[in-house]
Amino acid sequence: MVEERAASFSKRSIKTSAKLAGLKMAVSMCDLTTLEGKDTPGKVAYLCRKALQPIEAKYDVPSCAAVCVYPNMVKYARKFLGDVSPVNIAAVATGFPSGQYPLRTKLEEVRRTVADGADEIDMVIDRAAFLAGDHGKVFDEIAATKEACGPAHLKVILETGELVTYDNVRLASEIAMQAGGDFIKTSTGKVSPAATMPVTLVMLEAIRDYFFATGIRIGMKPAGGIRTSKQAFAYLVMVKETLGDDWLNPQMFRFGASTLVNDVLMQIAKHVDGNYQGPDYFSLP
Amino acid sequence: MKTKSKAVKFSPKRAVVATSHAVVPLKDRKLNFGNKWDFAPAPEDSKNYVIAPQHELFINGKFVAPTSGKYFESINPATEQTLTTIAAANAEDVDSAVKSARKAYDKVWSKMPGRERGKYLYRIARIIQEKARELAVLETMDGGKTIKESRDVDLPLVAAHFFYYAGWADKLKYAFPGKTPQPLGVAGQIIPWNFPLLMAAWKIAPALACGNTVVLKPAETTSLTAMRLAQIFQEAELPEGVVNIVTGAGETGAALVNHPDINKLAFTGSTEVGKRIAQAVAGTHKKLTLELGGKAANILFEDAPIDQAIEGVINGIYFNQGHVCCAGSRLFVQEGIYKTVIKKLRDRIQTLRVGNPLDKNTDIGAINSRPQLEKIRELVQSGVDEGAELTQTQCTLPAKGYWFAPSFLTGVTHAHRVASEEIFGPVLSVMTFRTPEEAFERANNIPYGLSAGVWTDKGSKIFKMVNKLRAGVVWANTYNKFDPTSPFGGYKESGFGREGGLHGLAAYCRLD
Repeated sequence: MVEERAASFSKRSIKTSAKLAGLKMAVSMCDLTTLEGKDTPGKVAYLCRKALQPIEAKYDVPSCAAVCVYPNMVKYARKFLGDVSPVNIAAVATGFPSGQYPLRTKLEEVRRTVADGADEIDMVIDRAAFLAGDHGKVFDEIAATKEACGPAHLKVILETGELVTYDNVRLASEIAMQAGGDFIKTSTGKVSPAATMPVTLVMLEAIRDYFFATGIRIGMKPAGGIRTSKQAFAYLVMVKETLGDDWLNPQMFRFGASTLVNDVLMQIAKHVDGNYQGPDYFSLP
Repeated sequence: MKTKSKAVKFSPKRAVVATSHAVVPLKDRKLNFGNKWDFAPAPEDSKNYVIAPQHELFINGKFVAPTSGKYFESINPATEQTLTTIAAANAEDVDSAVKSARKAYDKVWSKMPGRERGKYLYRIARIIQEKARELAVLETMDGGKTIKESRDVDLPLVAAHFFYYAGWADKLKYAFPGKTPQPLGVAGQIIPWNFPLLMAAWKIAPALACGNTVVLKPAETTSLTAMRLAQIFQEAELPEGVVNIVTGAGETGAALVNHPDINKLAFTGSTEVGKRIAQAVAGTHKKLTLELGGKAANILFEDAPIDQAIEGVINGIYFNQGHVCCAGSRLFVQEGIYKTVIKKLRDRIQTLRVGNPLDKNTDIGAINSRPQLEKIRELVQSGVDEGAELTQTQCTLPAKGYWFAPSFLTGVTHAHRVASEEIFGPVLSVMTFRTPEEAFERANNIPYGLSAGVWTDKGSKIFKMVNKLRAGVVWANTYNKFDPTSPFGGYKESGFGREGGLHGLAAYCRLD
């Protein structure tokens, strides 16, 4: 039933005014991401510019929610965006993407990254501990990381592609929320499969039950593999019909994506101008 | 909070978790299914499909006027506008349809090799696939069901049934080892209005595959797609008289049932009419299969994945506006999870979109006819009068047309009419149970026995329940799954005989 229900969201037909509103909403929820060994201050500056103004002002498109970079790039992003910016800086940390590092260095990494100016920390859980059944260790690491984050928001990456089963995803979601995560996130983007609709649905359902039990609203971030506007719509419909309007904003829902924005912008331009433009009309991802 | 009874094993060393989360007070912990991002209308295009103003009878391969010259109106239940007029067949018309079927049986169809019959069925299946979108739109306009369902459920299954039975046509002698199947002759088939084309396919495909010829009577409110199917038979060059279609109300059906030259009767519809047909046929040579009403139990155990089970419950009762004989209309919830289930159900029905059936985003379409709407209203009112509590989707129903908001009733006891009578609408009756024994005993405590559903993560419990439930179909951890390879039919007052699969062939053969 998980797959069936997840597939049903893709059947919603988003047209005309709903389409334009949905496209703009998708942009505002994007964590524009670059996570490569070849990332440079120049590339990060480019990404920040794009996040601030994704497309020509005449299209009236909001800025992206955040840029998502490696810890070493945080200070450059902060320098570029300034102290106050509509675009947050998210940094992957805790030995991203594998998490196979000692807790001590993970926490040190988090503290330094926050000190460099990160608003949000995207941590990875210790899948080795999780799959070996040591759920207490997973919990403790998340709780310690949350403490190390200080004021920064914590997103907990479950790496669902490595957890494989829905039962595992559900359990890992519960651990992450109870241990203090502000967001739960599907994937690093380095493991296939990354975000899928059914896995995201299981996590949204966990968020829903956690909200009923505690009164705390946890955010959701599917990441990796979401490349088209159509896919983004399916996710937004899923959020709308699983958690309702209170989650339909960048504070509670994000897309972790690098190429999605350009497809969305292309659709927005088409909607406004009446015709499609080639990829050369849009800044590179 | 957990959906499983399975204990979650983690014992953190850190007692206190640093948290800066705002906590919503208990009374405000509600999901807000508002209109923050409302979907614009997305109607399926219908203007390319022309509906003729008048439909005749289909007898001996031709469209002929009824001898009485009488026609009745067929309306779109979502708008109450007249779509077309349909010929009313009287006993004389039925007689010529049966004569034409008899002639086609004697001269052509029973003598034709199976592989040749199969070719026609394959051809029909392919044409249906080619015209699937048009047929789906017509089905939706004529019957009120959503385009989402007619497009994604009805039409694919219609084609699948013709494909499946086409495959059997040349393999009949291998179907029943040691037996040589022989066709029965002329089959009279009377079908309901809830799945007009699909029921036509369920009836016609196996009958033709086995070498029988057919006189089909569609339901009065939904004749349009059957007549379109007649055009497809012409296009496929199906020999004249192999399928005849007579439209009309109850009298037309009675004429067919009582015609002396019918060898086999197949009826899908209400138990009340089914009983009358059984009485009429008693003592005659006519073979009979009946697929009648139901009041299925959907049984939800504590160890089920609740969110998934909720989806199955929703699909079970609200699919096709609840106009489904196997609808999971009685929900039995184990007591320990009752509150959680009701809360989730209440949230879930708020996201159902009720309205224009042609809109691709509509989940719940129009009620098929005014009498049906009145019947639903009357039964639900009886439930409320008898003390049950009604919960409905908060939505604005269109001003024109026949509508009923998705509903469920709690506080229902077995003595209430809504717990035992078939409502045939989007209305669920919720009851509780404590043990598996109590669940199957209460599920079986009803004159019907068409279908049931079981939701649990425990395999052994599924097998135990399946063996105890007296229902023709039992779905485990899913609901409303249909496939041409799988037999479908009832126990007790839900009828006898099976349709679909090998069993469906047996209903149209003599096995000497």
